Amino acid sequence: MTTPAGIEIVGLTKAYGDHAVLEGVDLVVSAGTIHALLGSNGAGKTTVVKILSTLLRPDGGSAAVAGHDVVTAAARVRESISLTGQFAAVDEILTGRENLVLIAELRRIADPGGVADALLTRFDLTGVAGQRVATYSGGLRRRLDIAMSLIGEPPVLFLDEPTTGLDPQSRLEVWKTVRELAGHGTTVLLTTQYLDEAEQLADRIAVLHDGRIIADGTLAELKQLLPPTTVEYVEKQPSLEDIFLAIVGHDGAATKETR
Amino acid sequence: MTTHVVHDTDVLLRRSLRHILRSPDTIITTAVTPIAMLLLFVYVFGSAIDVGSDSYVNYLLPGILLITVASGIAYTAFRLFTDVSGGVFERFQSMPIARPAFLWGHVLTSVVANLTSLVIVVIVALLMGFRTGAGVLAWLAVLGIMVLFTLALTWLAVIPGLTAKSVDGVSGFSYPLIFLPFVSSAFVPTEGMPAPVRWFAEHQPVTPIVNTIRDLFAGQPVGGEGVIAVAWCVGLLLVAYALAMRTYRRKIT
Ligand SMILES: Nc1ncnc2c1ncn2[C@@H]1O[C@H](COP(=O)(O)OP(=O)(O)O)[C@@H](O)[C@H]1O
Ligand SMILES: [Mg+2]
Repeated sequence: MTTPAGIEIVGLTKAYGDHAVLEGVDLVVSAGTIHALLGSNGAGKTTVVKILSTLLRPDGGSAAVAGHDVVTAAARVRESISLTGQFAAVDEILTGRENLVLIAELRRIADPGGVADALLTRFDLTGVAGQRVATYSGGLRRRLDIAMSLIGEPPVLFLDEPTTGLDPQSRLEVWKTVRELAGHGTTVLLTTQYLDEAEQLADRIAVLHDGRIIADGTLAELKQLLPPTTVEYVEKQPSLEDIFLAIVGHDGAATKETR
Repeated sequence: MTTHVVHDTDVLLRRSLRHILRSPDTIITTAVTPIAMLLLFVYVFGSAIDVGSDSYVNYLLPGILLITVASGIAYTAFRLFTDVSGGVFERFQSMPIARPAFLWGHVLTSVVANLTSLVIVVIVALLMGFRTGAGVLAWLAVLGIMVLFTLALTWLAVIPGLTAKSVDGVSGFSYPLIFLPFVSSAFVPTEGMPAPVRWFAEHQPVTPIVNTIRDLFAGQPVGGEGVIAVAWCVGLLLVAYALAMRTYRRKIT
């Protein structure tokens, strides 16, 4: 077992019908670290996150979050986590502040209004706090979504593609928020298709491909995996994208043309 | 755990009541169709329909009340569908919230919303000349039957609310329910119907429920039909609740 607030996944499998998505995922996330789960669209990132947040039952293998098994101790897991799903899960009809108060009340926090106001300030949402969320931009919505996830200070946080669909400015704001979380000692599992995002935010990076974790390590460790011959061609440091492409065995040149 | 269910249901109930307050048009829309039917049947077809000594608006109102609920629960299904398709449902499910609270919040909201629509319809009926000799107890009995009926149809509406793939799929289920009163004693007495239709009309739930409410409004004693009406409501409620809960359990694990 890892430290109590971490995540431990062993041999996790999941299929939708006869479409096998996870075929033996192994991953350990240490407490208080940010771990990126990197994979292309359809790799199974959301499936992993849903299993870890007790929304989906695995077919095989096991997963423990904060020391609790996601199947046999689901209620315990829910007390330890917070999920920011792939699509912002906010109540459109309520205002931003009402959304925060709602979650605070559901988490039975003593002063829901105070907690809401503190988060509104911290996330720079005070100006729009009284407006209905339906009027919010994508970036505002995502910020509110993440703010809602922080209520009750759960030790483990899942962020499923937190910046997908955001404009560059909003993306930078979300990055700033995530970096702050790391300072608070929260364990974060962050999924992303953006290689630079993993590079920017994560202490460790795991690559999910063909139903398995095909690489897992720090950025420096992953860079070691790159065939040295490639280094001769490039002048600057290889980006994570090069590493990714090298690992999954694509033809780098062909991929570059299609971009 | 029980206290959690009550607390969480209360929080979620207040949330969706707020939704209704912010879009009161759902309550108005719910009331509009039944009111249109009331006007149409009372002022256009009513003179051609012989219901004996009673005035036609008095005769028609009970059936219209059932139609009001049948159209109102489409919004319940819609509100559930919005939560499920928008990710709010998944957020709640990943939180330490008492599991039944999510559904109960919506179900109780449905009861409040439908009762509000029913009050509007009754007020319009009163303006149109509806008169009743019902005392307090008879009114309470009508209220009790309507609450039971609303609960039964609401739990039924939970199923498409949780499972529908599109908005069209959500509302489609309520059309047959709105149609059912037409083949009952709600609009015309069953005596004049062709034998097979009449058999159906007299053995489906709407007829005993409508007849019971009619008797209560008329200040007449409710006979064995009242027992059958309540039995239908409770039976439907139990079956709908069991099916909805099974759907919910499948959805959350
Ligand atoms: N409920 C579902 N039913 C059937 N197939 C699904 C379902 N959810 C996801 N999939 C499929 O499983 C694969 C992985 O999906 P997902 O975990 O969402 O990937 P990612 O989040 O990495 O994009 C995809 O091919 C997707 O089409
Ligand atoms: Mg995904």
